[in-house]
Amino acid sequence: MQLFDKKAEYQEPNQEGYYGEFGGAYIPEMLYGNVEELKHQYLDIMKDPDFQIEFHALLRDYVGRPTPLFYAERLSKEMGTTIYLKREDLCHTGAHKINNTVGQILLAQRLGKTKIIAETGAGQHGVATATVCALKGMECVVYMGEKDIERQAPNVARMKLLGAKVVPATSGSKTLKDATNEAIRAWINEPDTTHYIIGSVVGPHPYPDMVAKFQSVISDEIRKQLKDKTGAELPTHVVACVGGGSNAAGAFYHFLNEPTVNLVAVEAAGHGVYSGMSAATTQLGTTGILHGSKSILMQTKDGQVVEPHSISAGLDYPGIGPLHAYLFKSGRGTFTSATDEEALEWASHLSKIEGIIPALETAHAFAILPKMNFKPTDIVVVCLSGRGDKDLATYMSNIKM
Amino acid sequence: MSRLKNLFDQKSARVLNVYCTAGFPQLTSTLEVMESLQANGADIIEVGMPYSDPLADGEVIQSSSLMALENGMTIEVLFEQLASMRKTIHVPVILMGYMNPILQYGFERFCKAAKEAGVDGLILPDLPLFEFETIYGDTIKDSALDFIFLVTPETSEERLKKLDALSSGFIYAVSSSATTGKDKDFAKVAMYLKKLKAFRLKNPFLVGFGIKDKESFNAVNEYANGAIIGSAYIKALSTGGDINTITKNFLASILK
Repeated sequence: MQLFDKKAEYQEPNQEGYYGEFGGAYIPEMLYGNVEELKHQYLDIMKDPDFQIEFHALLRDYVGRPTPLFYAERLSKEMGTTIYLKREDLCHTGAHKINNTVGQILLAQRLGKTKIIAETGAGQHGVATATVCALKGMECVVYMGEKDIERQAPNVARMKLLGAKVVPATSGSKTLKDATNEAIRAWINEPDTTHYIIGSVVGPHPYPDMVAKFQSVISDEIRKQLKDKTGAELPTHVVACVGGGSNAAGAFYHFLNEPTVNLVAVEAAGHGVYSGMSAATTQLGTTGILHGSKSILMQTKDGQVVEPHSISAGLDYPGIGPLHAYLFKSGRGTFTSATDEEALEWASHLSKIEGIIPALETAHAFAILPKMNFKPTDIVVVCLSGRGDKDLATYMSNIKM
Repeated sequence: MSRLKNLFDQKSARVLNVYCTAGFPQLTSTLEVMESLQANGADIIEVGMPYSDPLADGEVIQSSSLMALENGMTIEVLFEQLASMRKTIHVPVILMGYMNPILQYGFERFCKAAKEAGVDGLILPDLPLFEFETIYGDTIKDSALDFIFLVTPETSEERLKKLDALSSGFIYAVSSSATTGKDKDFAKVAMYLKKLKAFRLKNPFLVGFGIKDKESFNAVNEYANGAIIGSAYIKALSTGGDINTITKNFLASILK
């Protein structure tokens, strides 16, 4: 793997939101005002001491941070190395998604917005958004692919219980990509009062950077906790699953400019990378523009966006955040993939070997561990991005119990 | 001189631009639709290049785009269909589309092919100003194509000035911030258009979004140089039946 000098370029996009050739804000004029307002204000708001105090207080008292960095003893023995699990599954609402929604709801308040819209795939981001809207008494509308509404029924119920309106996206493949289109259209139609909380490091600048910064609390904690527990300044590997890439961006963030740390991103290979039923974007994709940013996406030679496949709704996305596209293209990140079957196998295995039932998305990250040939001296951190409660129905019908 | 400039030199009021989706309702109906629009009074024809994820478009144009894609429409096929259009089409023709399919086709190749086919201008709603100025604008200019920027009621005066300076042909004034095919509050729209008229743009301006019948067409023409109709016409085409009859009746209902 190519090693890079210590550069800030991975953490900070340029002024127009580009990481290398990827990023930007390819949006129609109707969204210009909103995106521009965000672009001018997000850094100032985020740096404001009052904001920081409120954000960190909520992360501590409401989300339950810091989440533990857990030494997985049996898994380490099996893999012949040292493996720590960053327990984002223990966050309120069951996944890392809430780190971002807490940040963005506070930002929306400061922008004077009264209504929140969001898209969701697996429903984790939708639940995390509905949760903070309930907390702050804001109106919440979540767009969700019709197909995902069917396969993620418990999360749909949770959002409704939290007072959110769930609107089915019925266009295209009826999954995350289409829910994102619908949310962006809804934003175009109500730009003044509404803030759009994007759930991943995708979308027009400044969303990829803003979401990465809110999620960067993950790697900030990993660094400190690892030092406390082992004395080591840095892990040798950080492993995370990638759909759009928000948990990976958060887990990588404070290691981006540490060239000795291997950043391993695991995409969903579905039935197999080349099966025609896959969501392994970096393997199958080419440079293009989707949802307002230039990145790598799965598309036909005519530039029509391809409908991906993954058993996990959260990874079922034909694109990838521009930061990840840059990590892939520059060689700073190692991109690999796990199939539906491997993810299911590892959901089951992790449950039995560590007593932790992971989300299907997260199970993909574990599935690549046996293929990594870790050295005994390595220190591997796996971002355990979410818990598996929402996937019980899938596990029950696909795993022999 | 560009066909668009020529048109506006001769006609500065009630200019009607009608949008149609390439390859809709049938793959091979593109030219028939265009000829019919010209024959029945459209001053400009805007041909939409279908995309799987058309962010700025509402349901009607989205579903016509999906159908066109299912019919097999691509940029390649469209240019084959347009290759001989100038034998019958004399009004200005502009292409509207999203950046991604054009990037895959090749931006420079696209501009050249458009010019060769006799296309007059481009509307690319998701090509941002920054990228236009730093990357793509020169290629468009080199191909002698007009480029039409969108402006909205939220566009600041400073930005409006810039977009006007960089546009040629005309300016596309979005009646209110919304996707296509949504109903509008016309009192509010009128206030905006009045302001826009008073601004004395370098370019003529046509109003789009929410123009669907005689009443709305007349209303915006109080202030604008004309209007753009999209969703309402696509909706009419979606009912099936003879393209020429539908187009004739539709345009008569607007213009007569």
